[in-house]
Amino acid sequence: MGFANPAVNARRILGSVPTYFILIIGLLMAVIPFLLIFVTALKSPEELGNVFALPQQLHWGNFQRAWTQAHFGTYFKSSLIVTLSVVGVSCLLSLLTGYAFGQLRFPFKNSVFLLFLIGLIVPTEAYVIPLYYSLRAVYLTDTYWALILPQIGMSVCFGSFWMRGFFAGIPRDLVDASRVDGCNDWQTFWHVMIPMVLPGLWTMAVLFFIWTWNDFLLALVMITKEDLRTLPLGLAMFQGKYTTDYTLTAAGATIVALPTLLFYVLFQRQFIRGVTAGAIKG
Amino acid sequence: MNHSSFNRSAYLYLLPALAIYGIFVLFPIVQTVFYSLTDWNGLTSPTFLGLQNYLELFQDSVFINALLNNLAFIFFYSVLAIALGMLFAVLLTGAPLRGMAFYRAGLFFPQVMASVVIGMVWRWIYHPQYGALNQSLRAVGLGAWARPWLGDFDWALIAVGIVGAWAQYGFCMVLFLAGIQNISSVLYDAARMDGAGIFQQFWYITLPGLRNQLLVALISTLIAAIRIFDLVFVTTRGGPGYATLVAGMYLYRNAFVINRAGYAAAIAVLLTILILVISYFILRLQRTQDEESFA
Repeated sequence: MGFANPAVNARRILGSVPTYFILIIGLLMAVIPFLLIFVTALKSPEELGNVFALPQQLHWGNFQRAWTQAHFGTYFKSSLIVTLSVVGVSCLLSLLTGYAFGQLRFPFKNSVFLLFLIGLIVPTEAYVIPLYYSLRAVYLTDTYWALILPQIGMSVCFGSFWMRGFFAGIPRDLVDASRVDGCNDWQTFWHVMIPMVLPGLWTMAVLFFIWTWNDFLLALVMITKEDLRTLPLGLAMFQGKYTTDYTLTAAGATIVALPTLLFYVLFQRQFIRGVTAGAIKG
Repeated sequence: MNHSSFNRSAYLYLLPALAIYGIFVLFPIVQTVFYSLTDWNGLTSPTFLGLQNYLELFQDSVFINALLNNLAFIFFYSVLAIALGMLFAVLLTGAPLRGMAFYRAGLFFPQVMASVVIGMVWRWIYHPQYGALNQSLRAVGLGAWARPWLGDFDWALIAVGIVGAWAQYGFCMVLFLAGIQNISSVLYDAARMDGAGIFQQFWYITLPGLRNQLLVALISTLIAAIRIFDLVFVTTRGGPGYATLVAGMYLYRNAFVINRAGYAAAIAVLLTILILVISYFILRLQRTQDEESFA
């Protein structure tokens, strides 16, 4: 239309005011709790009286104390080792199973696939009790293996299910063409298929990252040694020890939250798609 | 051609994943079922009891109370979180908004945080002396309402439940957002032509159009409410008394604090069965509705 009716325009703008109002309140409710803990981490203990006041001086030293004195540096190292191992190995194994389920025909295919689906539905609680006592019997509790291996076991269940869809979606013609060009199985897999399933792979990797980085129950059960604790476990145990050192606790919580925040800002789309896709996982 | 015939080398591709999954997840699940039928402290050899652990559980008032607390969490997870997620999803798609992606990203953020961090963040908000909640109440003259929220027998469960809803709505929101985008805009145009208001459009178009997403949200939030552990461990550890004790927390205490591993295994089996039954019924509901829509 050549010119807008000002009355209609005004009504539309006015009409969207309540929408924005509720959304902004929601946004503040989502973000302020994290801001409060971050601001607290920068305060001195004397400044805790008014939680909404900004610190006079930025006490970055709280982070340094959390990192060294409260061992968050060590926890960070543990989390990094466990998460990188789980994400790397789980992605690799899921590519292999996804390829087998999506592209190959073999006896008992559906039965094996159903076996993996079990791991998609059952909660950690369903296997953690005997697993703990078995691993303790072979001296594997209080090692990273006790966190890495079960986490891989759970992750490949989702990974098989997820990657199967992507491999099944690869056009037959493309695979046949590569064979005509003289590629063997491995070359076809690596040079033709992998590039086609990359979007699914990234989403899956982000999902594996959140699950492993955030895991608490497995770490709580398997790890008692201080220097093997992951960040969430370290944070949860930490509050028991320094109950009243609030600025230190806040700095610790911020250290645990920061990598997730950074990842979220970088890979927001994958996070949102991944969590929606991960919905089918219990 | 090679790849269209039976390919036994496929097992080689499956083997590493299957081995790790089998040893560290699948076999222990079978063990859990076995140990749930025994009296076992985790160290000495188990003695067979039959179904006695289960019979004891149904008479264990602490366990019954824990299950009731899980039921309360279902309200916060499956009612409050889904309602909030729906509200935000509808608002985000209702009008052509500036910065829609920004709002979505911000609103979704709590969902990706570790529940341990979320627990700590809210412990700080609920802190009796320094907490933002009590300080706000005092600032507006409602100081009489201030209380140690997480230590209060009447309020602790509600306080933790609100945190749970806060941590779960983002997931429901993105699920509904994806669903709403699949609803044809022609339907809304036609409804507007017929003079339908916003609420009628929501009730007759959006809600039925989101049926599948609602079912997925319902399954996921129900399972989350049944499994809830981390958040309770970090905020209250089940206290004060048994006020916020949930089944997962009771399982943990039995298995790893007082070494009643057999009894804890029975709780694990019950929770798993509950999760399977809920998923099954909701999926069946989905299927019958699909069949009806074909008829």
